[in-house]
Amino acid sequence: MSSSAFVLLGILLSSFATGCAIFFLREGSHRLRTGLNLAGATVKILFVVALLRGVYQGVVYQISFTVAPGVTLALGADANSVFFVTLSSVLWFWTTLYAVGYLEGSPRRSRFFGFFSLCVTATVGIALAANLVTFLVFYELLTISTFPLVVHRGTRKALRAGRVYLAYTVGGGTVLLLAVAWLQSIAGPVAFTERGALGAVVDTHPVQLKILFFLFVAGLGVKSALVPLHGWLPRAMVAPAPVSALLHAVAVVKAGAFGIVRLVYDVYGVETAQQLGVLRPLAILAGVTIVYGSVRALVQDDLKKRLAYSTVSQVSYITLGAAVFGPLATLGGIVHLVHQGIMKITLFFAAGNYAETLGIHRVSEMDGVGRRMPWTTIAFTIGALGMIGVPPLAGFVSKLYIKQGAIAAGEAWVTLVLAVSSLLNAAYFLPILYRAWFLPPPEAWPAERETGRFETHWMLLLPPLFTALMVVLAGVFAESGLSPLAWARIIAGREYGP
Amino acid sequence: MSPDRLLFLLPLVPLLAAVVAFVAPGWSRRAGLAAATAMPPLALWTAMGVLESGMLSLPLGGWTAPLGIALRADGLSAVMVLAVAVVGFFISLHAAASFPGAGVQTHRERFFWPLWLLLLAGLNALFVSGDVFNLYVCLEITGIAAVSLVATAGSPDAIRAALRYLFVSLSGSLFYLMGVAILYGGTGVLDLVLLVEVVAGDPPAIIACLLMTGGLMMKTALFPMHFWLPPAHSSAPAPVSAALSALVVKGGLYILLRLWFGPFADLVGDGAIQWIGGLGAAAIVWGSWQAIHQPRLKLVVAYSTVAQLGYLFLLFPIAWSAADRTAAFTGGVVLLLSHATAKAAVFLAAGNVLAAVGNDRVPSLCGLSRWLPVSAFAMGLAGVALIGLPPSAGFIGKWLLVVAALEQGQWWWVAVLLLGSVLAAVYIIRLLGPAFVMPDSDQPPNPVSRIAEWTAFALAALSVLLGFVAIWPARLLAASVGSGFSP
Repeated sequence: MSSSAFVLLGILLSSFATGCAIFFLREGSHRLRTGLNLAGATVKILFVVALLRGVYQGVVYQISFTVAPGVTLALGADANSVFFVTLSSVLWFWTTLYAVGYLEGSPRRSRFFGFFSLCVTATVGIALAANLVTFLVFYELLTISTFPLVVHRGTRKALRAGRVYLAYTVGGGTVLLLAVAWLQSIAGPVAFTERGALGAVVDTHPVQLKILFFLFVAGLGVKSALVPLHGWLPRAMVAPAPVSALLHAVAVVKAGAFGIVRLVYDVYGVETAQQLGVLRPLAILAGVTIVYGSVRALVQDDLKKRLAYSTVSQVSYITLGAAVFGPLATLGGIVHLVHQGIMKITLFFAAGNYAETLGIHRVSEMDGVGRRMPWTTIAFTIGALGMIGVPPLAGFVSKLYIKQGAIAAGEAWVTLVLAVSSLLNAAYFLPILYRAWFLPPPEAWPAERETGRFETHWMLLLPPLFTALMVVLAGVFAESGLSPLAWARIIAGREYGP
Repeated sequence: MSPDRLLFLLPLVPLLAAVVAFVAPGWSRRAGLAAATAMPPLALWTAMGVLESGMLSLPLGGWTAPLGIALRADGLSAVMVLAVAVVGFFISLHAAASFPGAGVQTHRERFFWPLWLLLLAGLNALFVSGDVFNLYVCLEITGIAAVSLVATAGSPDAIRAALRYLFVSLSGSLFYLMGVAILYGGTGVLDLVLLVEVVAGDPPAIIACLLMTGGLMMKTALFPMHFWLPPAHSSAPAPVSAALSALVVKGGLYILLRLWFGPFADLVGDGAIQWIGGLGAAAIVWGSWQAIHQPRLKLVVAYSTVAQLGYLFLLFPIAWSAADRTAAFTGGVVLLLSHATAKAAVFLAAGNVLAAVGNDRVPSLCGLSRWLPVSAFAMGLAGVALIGLPPSAGFIGKWLLVVAALEQGQWWWVAVLLLGSVLAAVYIIRLLGPAFVMPDSDQPPNPVSRIAEWTAFALAALSVLLGFVAIWPARLLAASVGSGFSP
């Protein structure tokens, strides 16, 4: 086997094999399971580092496998893949650590971590997929592997949420399948290609391609929670906190957004999409979603629900960046793929800490929590300020570029959307921060637990602190060569012609 | 020994075992397991032979057609024989494990093994038969064996279902036989390859075609002739249900494919092809709809068979005018294999649930993932294949059909295929959802054999893994293109 195949399969199998092994562990073998989990996550990061090094040195990674006549599964590592795979493998490591701490002592952990690993396998598969069929395969695998995580608690409410989740995602998956098959019957098998893979078909089938574009958006829009396809997301909040973190920052929602990025840049090609006139409607859809999500977030008292609506809004920045024509907006959209991930995961980690340590689930219970749990609250504060777009945090950078891109493209209304959204972000995040830092704490917390030396278990505390640090660094050192922005700049540079 | 000569072993091995099992009941289980173990290598050998030479044929007694009769195997036969061998192997294991231990031989087991082995012999013979009369004999053998197997359950429900099944099965065979007689009277030929040359568009041939098609539709339980299937498949013992749904109904379908794409190809116009596809579509919608509303697990699964058979009939219109017939056929065959393995897995898992909980009402599935994690997992994996989600074989099969249909602009079949997936998702989730509920106790009411659990799992895993090697059946089918026998 060539080293190229070895690295690609290694990234995929490091979590797949871990997941399969964990299914067979007895419930009681806590240490072995934790060891396997962390080993799998570490090995994956090492493989990703090898991949990054290889790509930097100009190695071309490509591997393909024909499963049936005309159906070829192919993995590769272009600039977009590398970006997403790095994000998901790094955040997986921290989420795993967090989940181990979070689920300590709860039942059915083997099943949980088994599906958890499969979920990440599906996500890196989506990142590395080199053609549409492979993307579809992993996209559906993600649906299958996340369902057991959503219904993990096994309560009536969880089952109901699970059914809603599946109704949306299976419906979306079916639409996506139709779109992929239809496109294949017009254009042959589609491999992701920078600046577009459709070639001459654009001139012969323009109308069908326009319809297909929105069929794709409908299929992908379910996972990326575009209004009105977002209904499953707030309900899926019944899942345990690490699952929410994973769903919102790394896996499901992000996979949908990544799919839209792929669709615009590597299937149609942004110039072709612009020429077909399909970008403007997509941008409007994203704009509506951004404002709608923020408005709904405003009235949620349940902390996780507020964060969920905030995700609906924030993820659409990525779509918006992709839908505004021009390299600056592209840059802002793509970099937000990472920025939204690290900010949202920080917020969910912190929300999970409040719930797990003090029994706080509602915003109205958060008075003075900053004094009891200062470190967690600092992380939460950084995440929230980043979301609002306060300089020099990560969110500021994304918004800045999308705004400049919109102005450059002559889409002035986009700047208005961004301004309104920032105001609304502030309106639903600042009151939380005010309560947490400035109001006096209550006599007793809803359900406080013994936590030992730190304000909470160290496995719960370390991940949000690390990701919050990343939010700061990604913003402050945005102009350095190693930042997400630098990589996004490379991608944006390749997607536009000379 | 050349693989050609091997063809007669395929039916002979299970037949001999059936005789042993019948005359020496004490040896029945051993005879059954021995035959079940011998079949996969034999089937594999056959498949290798087909890959090498395109088609195997063995004139029995040295007399060639039209005087004598010939056994023949092409790519399609090899795929079917492989499916029988592999699925049959796991079903046999499950049966051996789920009947009470050695020494206590129940009435049920006394008759199970001889009949089950006879069924396997009949199916193998059917898939390597080269002429229409031989096919009739095999249809009859499998039909009788299948009906008797349903009756071994012994409950009043099962007897009633078996009688109804018997009636349909016999009428089906009778129609088919009348068709054969008319064909023979008009042409003097029974051999499938020779028939292709001599069947003309005259009225007797058309009547023969109608009779045979009608009879086979009853046997295959194509909508609206499906009414006998759900009671029969749901009241039989688990291994029998698995065999009936996974293998037996495919026999009639196989003959229909051979006839419509062989001797009757000139009789069947575009209208008839669309019409049989329409029945398939109706089966998908009606079967899934019924499956969604059944109160018992095994009934859900049985109605799901009605629906899944409908997909296989979509193969007719989609492959008929396809530019690349082999790709469309591969889609159909992969779907067939996916259904054979997945459906057998679900029925075996349902048998485990029944054994553990005592009934199979849908709410009783609560706690399944705790009590029978392996069976629950098997149901989940098989469910993935039945819905047609990637990376299972069900997905690859559907994908190939969808692409083939879109390429010809037959978008209405695409709509049916996708709608069927969504409906399948609904009834599968209805079963799997409760499995995640936390039970009160750690142990199920009754213990279940581990082998019984793992055989279900193995079949389910196969239905998913097949998706990665769908190129193999494609190669088998492609090997015998143009051999005169293949569709």
